Amino acid sequence: MSETLTMAAALNRALGDAMRADPDVVVYGEDVGILGGVFRITDGLTEEFGEERCFDSPLAEAGILGTAIGMAMNGLRPVVEMQFDAFAYPAFQQVVSHLAKLRNRTRGAVSMPVVVRIPYGGGIGGVEHHADASEAYYAHTPGLRVVSPSTPADAYTMLRESIASPDPVIFLEPKRLYWSKGPVNTTDPGAALDRAARRREGTDLTLIAYGATVEIAEEGAALAAEDGYSAEVLDLRSLAPFDDETVTESVRRTGRAIVVHEAQGFVGYGAEVAARVSEQCFHYLEAPVLRVCGLDIPYPPPKLEDLHLPSAERVLDAVRRLQWESAWTATDGEDRAAVSAGVAHTAGSTGGAS
Amino acid sequence: MERTNGPRAVPRTTRLAPPEVVADPPLPSSRPVTLVDHDGTRVSDSSFSPPPPETLGALFRAMVIGRRFDLQASTLARQGRLAVYPSSMGQEACQVGGVLALSDHDWLFPTYRDSVAAVTHGIGPVEVLTLLRGNWHCGYDPHAHRCAPQCTPLATNASHAVGLTYAARRKRGEEGSTATTAALVLMGDGATSEGEAHEAYNYAAMWNAPVVFLVQNNHWAISVPVSKQSKAPTLAHKGVGYGMNAYHVDGNDAAAVYSTVAHALREARAGGGPALIEARTYRMEPHTNADPAHRYRDQGEVDYWRSRDPIERLETLLRAEGHLDDEVRARIDTDAELLADTLRQRMADDDELDPADLFANVYATPTPLLQAQRQRVARVGKVRR
Ligand SMILES: Cc1ncc(C[n+]2csc(CCOP(=O)(O)OP(=O)(O)O)c2C)c(N)n1
Repeated sequence: MSETLTMAAALNRALGDAMRADPDVVVYGEDVGILGGVFRITDGLTEEFGEERCFDSPLAEAGILGTAIGMAMNGLRPVVEMQFDAFAYPAFQQVVSHLAKLRNRTRGAVSMPVVVRIPYGGGIGGVEHHADASEAYYAHTPGLRVVSPSTPADAYTMLRESIASPDPVIFLEPKRLYWSKGPVNTTDPGAALDRAARRREGTDLTLIAYGATVEIAEEGAALAAEDGYSAEVLDLRSLAPFDDETVTESVRRTGRAIVVHEAQGFVGYGAEVAARVSEQCFHYLEAPVLRVCGLDIPYPPPKLEDLHLPSAERVLDAVRRLQWESAWTATDGEDRAAVSAGVAHTAGSTGGAS
Repeated sequence: MERTNGPRAVPRTTRLAPPEVVADPPLPSSRPVTLVDHDGTRVSDSSFSPPPPETLGALFRAMVIGRRFDLQASTLARQGRLAVYPSSMGQEACQVGGVLALSDHDWLFPTYRDSVAAVTHGIGPVEVLTLLRGNWHCGYDPHAHRCAPQCTPLATNASHAVGLTYAARRKRGEEGSTATTAALVLMGDGATSEGEAHEAYNYAAMWNAPVVFLVQNNHWAISVPVSKQSKAPTLAHKGVGYGMNAYHVDGNDAAAVYSTVAHALREARAGGGPALIEARTYRMEPHTNADPAHRYRDQGEVDYWRSRDPIERLETLLRAEGHLDDEVRARIDTDAELLADTLRQRMADDDELDPADLFANVYATPTPLLQAQRQRVARVGKVRR
């Protein structure tokens, strides 16, 4: 049975349903109790389940993670909230040194069924430290699952699956999608955790995105279609583990790929995707794998954030740079305009895998 | 309108309420709790009664065996059989006194320095040394032994203990057990400066967690003396600010450490909240076998502390009171030798290591990436030693 919910409501529903299903699930963090979290994702949980199950912690992120690790060692399934992406950094030590490693250190004797929910990313006009996209730090750490939903339906399913996971999950909630609406099936939610989803079919190129940039990629694909290019859009959903199979199949078919994410590009998650695609699709590629990413700067002030965040226009610009004709250059250098100035672009004429 | 850059005087229209009278919290004494003095005589302490002779005997025996284990491990490190070994020689009273105070339901959270504590806790010596040997990161099943993996990052194990006892309290009713699970966290003096120590103390106090933090102040954090670590009159004073019970004990007096930890655990189990205990002791050996300790500390200081050896002190008392004679001592020594022999033999050869282990427990189910890498390692990998 499907209802229309915002992503925030879908996450809230997932938490409540998980707590109802399993008395070992506990939810805590800063302001998650009576306030229901600054984004209200935990709204009503203290009322329904009591302070024993959903409660405010002291204001101390390393302690939130450290105590969650101890709880998980002894039979609970903590779901903790980091108030904002950049405020999870004090807990980073616990995440990378212990949460990610305890199973491995103990040869499987101690598992870590912990979910760390992090409202992440920009686009909501937040001031500094409220808009970081920190996925690469986590995805770089073996032992963690790192996921990010892009629809309310996935938000529900992926959070339920994350809570059920025996391994720790960094659950990145694209905060600018909290208020986006969509159908959610809570009775038969399916599975969404390990596999990328194809959001749009296409034959000329593959756009690879996750979280908030899935929407951007879809808009970019619509613009590209007007230009005559048929773009496939993949939503990774799981950043770690990475779904090589779906991505490889798609890129081998289309011959071109662009990764879209809002974090800085340099040594970013897109670099890994580009490398994997290059390794596995080299002979199928018609052009270098491109990245449409945030600028390589500290997250800018809100009035300038649109320059940093990927947009449909920047996606289209990248599509046009995919060496549809040999004189086009794939680099994002300043002289690109000059290089391409004299070259007439015939939309779509050479598009598609050969 | 007049503008100034300085603070503006705020007209006092309201009267301030008189300050609330807060009772003075009990402060840890600068004189450590001592039950057996360094010359082996009893000291009467009104707050803690000394343990009975059987307990003193058990503490002594565990210290002798612990030291033999420690010496053997140091030798193995010199022979290249261990990657590194941080000795706890001189700290036996803390290692043993803390652990023997635990009950069957309790958990131990040791650090890299606490191998003797782990051995005293009942974990096999080879399993304890797996980490330092370099075979794996932890050689035992934490659940089977109620002992967390030895912790290398400083102070990060403390909050784990708080969470673990929290879970135990939650589970107690459900599973029908009536015993309270308490936890003993071992940490060094340097570790108390870490921010993570603060967070853990605060969580423990706020949640009234049955956790005892035993700070082994062995006077040095690698080359940094405790005087450069903290301005607190004693490290136990740190507990006061969190609203915790706090005690300062003679860390070379096994009876005092045992009694204080046992008391703190009892209080904690009964709902009296966590405790911070500073045990003042001394690291007789360098930080690890690879540390040139002469660069930062005087031999005189080491000699002074050697004269306050925790094992000799208890031996003097036990002999004086007729609970130990040469025969008993010889039996203990034989057991200690046996343990050292077994350890030596079992460490004489390198263990066969299985490369597949590298990938087995990164996730509950190996990811496709790890499966592929496992195959590649099987094809071309080689462990060079
Ligand atoms: C977070 C962290 N920082 C630095 C180190 C490196 N280090 C290992 S032991 C040590 C000194 C620790 O001193 P103390 O806490 O007094 O314990 P002790 O070694 O004396 O038992 C340092 C700095 C570490 N292990 N963890």
